[in-house]
Amino acid sequence: MSDKSEVLVRFESVQKSYDGEVLVVKNLNLEVARGDFLTMLGPSGSGKTTCLMMLAGFEPVTHGKITLAGQPINNVPPHKRDIGMVFQNYALFPHMSVAENLAFPLQVRKVSKVDIEVRVKKALEMVQLDQFGGRRPAQLSGGQQQRVAVARALVFDPALVLMDEPLGALDKQLREQMQYEIKHIHENLGVTVVYVTHDQSEALTMSTRIAVFNDGVIQQLAPPNILYECPDNAFVAQFIGENNSLSGTVKEVKGKNCVVDLDGGGTVQALAVNIGGIGSRTKLSLRPERVEVNPVSGSLPNVFEANIKELTYLGDHIRTRACICGQENFIVKIPNASHHALLHENTKVQFGWSIEDCRALDG
Amino acid sequence: MDMAPKTLETSRSEILSTVDGQPLKKALARTERTKRFKAILLVAPLLTFITVTFLYPICLMLFRSVENPLVAENMPQTLEVLQKWDGKSLPSELAFAAAAKDLAAARKSKMIGRLATRLNFETSGLRSVITGTARKVKKMEAPFKEAMIQARSQWGDVATWSTIKRLGPTIIDVNYLAAVDRGYNVKGEIELRDEDRRIYVSLFGRTLLMSLIVTVASLFLGFPIAYLLASLPLKYSNLLMILVLLPFWTSLLVRTTSWIVLLQTQGVLNDVMVWLGLFEDEQRVQLIFNAQGTVIAMTQILLPFMVLPLYSVMKTIHPSYMRAAESLGAHRYTAYWRIYVPNTLPGIGAGSLLVFILAIGYYITPALVGGQDGQMISNLIAFHMQKSLNWGLAAALGGILLGGVVILYWLYNSLVGVERLKLG
Repeated sequence: MSDKSEVLVRFESVQKSYDGEVLVVKNLNLEVARGDFLTMLGPSGSGKTTCLMMLAGFEPVTHGKITLAGQPINNVPPHKRDIGMVFQNYALFPHMSVAENLAFPLQVRKVSKVDIEVRVKKALEMVQLDQFGGRRPAQLSGGQQQRVAVARALVFDPALVLMDEPLGALDKQLREQMQYEIKHIHENLGVTVVYVTHDQSEALTMSTRIAVFNDGVIQQLAPPNILYECPDNAFVAQFIGENNSLSGTVKEVKGKNCVVDLDGGGTVQALAVNIGGIGSRTKLSLRPERVEVNPVSGSLPNVFEANIKELTYLGDHIRTRACICGQENFIVKIPNASHHALLHENTKVQFGWSIEDCRALDG
Repeated sequence: MDMAPKTLETSRSEILSTVDGQPLKKALARTERTKRFKAILLVAPLLTFITVTFLYPICLMLFRSVENPLVAENMPQTLEVLQKWDGKSLPSELAFAAAAKDLAAARKSKMIGRLATRLNFETSGLRSVITGTARKVKKMEAPFKEAMIQARSQWGDVATWSTIKRLGPTIIDVNYLAAVDRGYNVKGEIELRDEDRRIYVSLFGRTLLMSLIVTVASLFLGFPIAYLLASLPLKYSNLLMILVLLPFWTSLLVRTTSWIVLLQTQGVLNDVMVWLGLFEDEQRVQLIFNAQGTVIAMTQILLPFMVLPLYSVMKTIHPSYMRAAESLGAHRYTAYWRIYVPNTLPGIGAGSLLVFILAIGYYITPALVGGQDGQMISNLIAFHMQKSLNWGLAAALGGILLGGVVILYWLYNSLVGVERLKLG
């Protein structure tokens, strides 16, 4: 959808090193389209925050080029980049009231007093804090401070807003609520957002596209559903959502599919996504909810006998840990629906899955 | 449905008792009492120590500034007669006779020296009048008026008698008046001292001015250091912190005298200047043994007291504030002035207050390097304590200094709030 539209931010073979010995960001190429909500997702130390800081101008680029709306910005100081930013700790100025915080970016831009008043009021209304303009940040709750920080990053109408794990300090319920609020603000204003988080559910909720970082490299860049359903490699499969990983060796490749001999015994037919030739190592990725219990015989190509080790009741589903093909921690999610299978610990059942749901990835 | 739990709750809050029926408040107070007792026990040693060695002496000293027992004890008869005296003409023979008796008694009880000194503080020259007359008073005969005036002509002055009468009460304000260059005249009115005897008010002024200069100088010198300390990575900031604290490990005396080595006319700094050809050998500048030297040495000595509170405040200012300001479009300098500096105000307040209060009471440094015009009020307090032995005046000067500090603290509290004070 937004693939064809105008590119706002472009990273061109960007590299970053702090000490001249280790590359924190290795040859990054990334395009962010106008109106995109791009999330940089990855474990800590994966280089995602460094990328954001380079884009904001707080870290110099070691090699390569970053352009904003076609203009190279490597040597543009942060205050001239016109990029709004929301920080992890909100960074609201404690000696100013909420309204003064919002007025600050307008004041330094020499906007007239009347305009400032109007725009501050509008921004406060946007985040439903009309009554709180006179308060100090310390007098607000975490969620309210968060909203002020978002409003402050948007009040001067920047083309791009960066968010550095802004919801990290909130409790779970508030975090989920804020995710939707930020998502709606993005949709309503059409502003471009680059968001950094290590929380995958946050990324899945808000983003139009997600860049999964690991070890200074983007592992996969795709919309949330593609990322979950069609991971390109074992890291992404493991990092996004819950995943069963089965190690084995490629025995045969038949067009789009392949046959894999598992290390723990058994032969599985899988989708050949990211494998080498015959005899190469591979990891099969299988989502826990895609496993069928006691399938009708002949309906699925992969059916194995499993030994139920543990059942955990989780309300909406029953999490089942089983031993299958020598794999001890094979997880199956059985939905808590009226027709769900009744299992008991230490009994044997049949588990089956389709070829499409079982992706053969890099070993 | 809704009413039932509500009434239950209100009835509960009315009784509020423990399971066995005692009032809850009493039970709580009893359990808290042991806790409070333990807390008091922990504080007790220090509290006793401070009371005995700090509060008690201060109170004693402050009392000394107003107490005046000498004249009342040693000239009781004279004072009784003088009660009816109009203060305009010389008192009658009765007063002279009483004075002669009192002086003889004072000489016998060996209090005459101290009595003479006390009267001399008020009106100089009276020491020899009192001691001299006392020596001759045994041989005097009535009428005492003539005899005493003959012995010392000052007995014929109304001023002498009014001095005695004025110092009669045991609680007096003359010390405080003297501390602000004022005193009673013959008519009993408060008036300024003669111009050549006015020293304290101008000295208080100079003390305040020099303390202010020292405070401002250490703020300007300390702010960048504190900023560096707060923003450097830990391994460098630790080293720098040791450098800041190093002066604390050196004796105050050593530090002050080393400034003499550096700044005196034949000192290191002047030598270097002459060697560099910046000025001729004859033009060597006097940098020490004057107000300048006092300010330089005191600034160096008090600098850590400015740096430490500033550092502790700056340490809490998260770097993201500056980054946020920059990302919002403020130039680094604008961000610094509008975001960083206002957040350091509690530290600036604490550091300035600390340095200023320490400075106005500073003694050793001005005494060593102050010369003539670098003396501060504390040096004069020491002089009255050790040399002139006018403890009453010394106590009054100290009392005024203490009052000044208390007023300053109160001002700071009402303007900024002491709870915002951060000392580290």
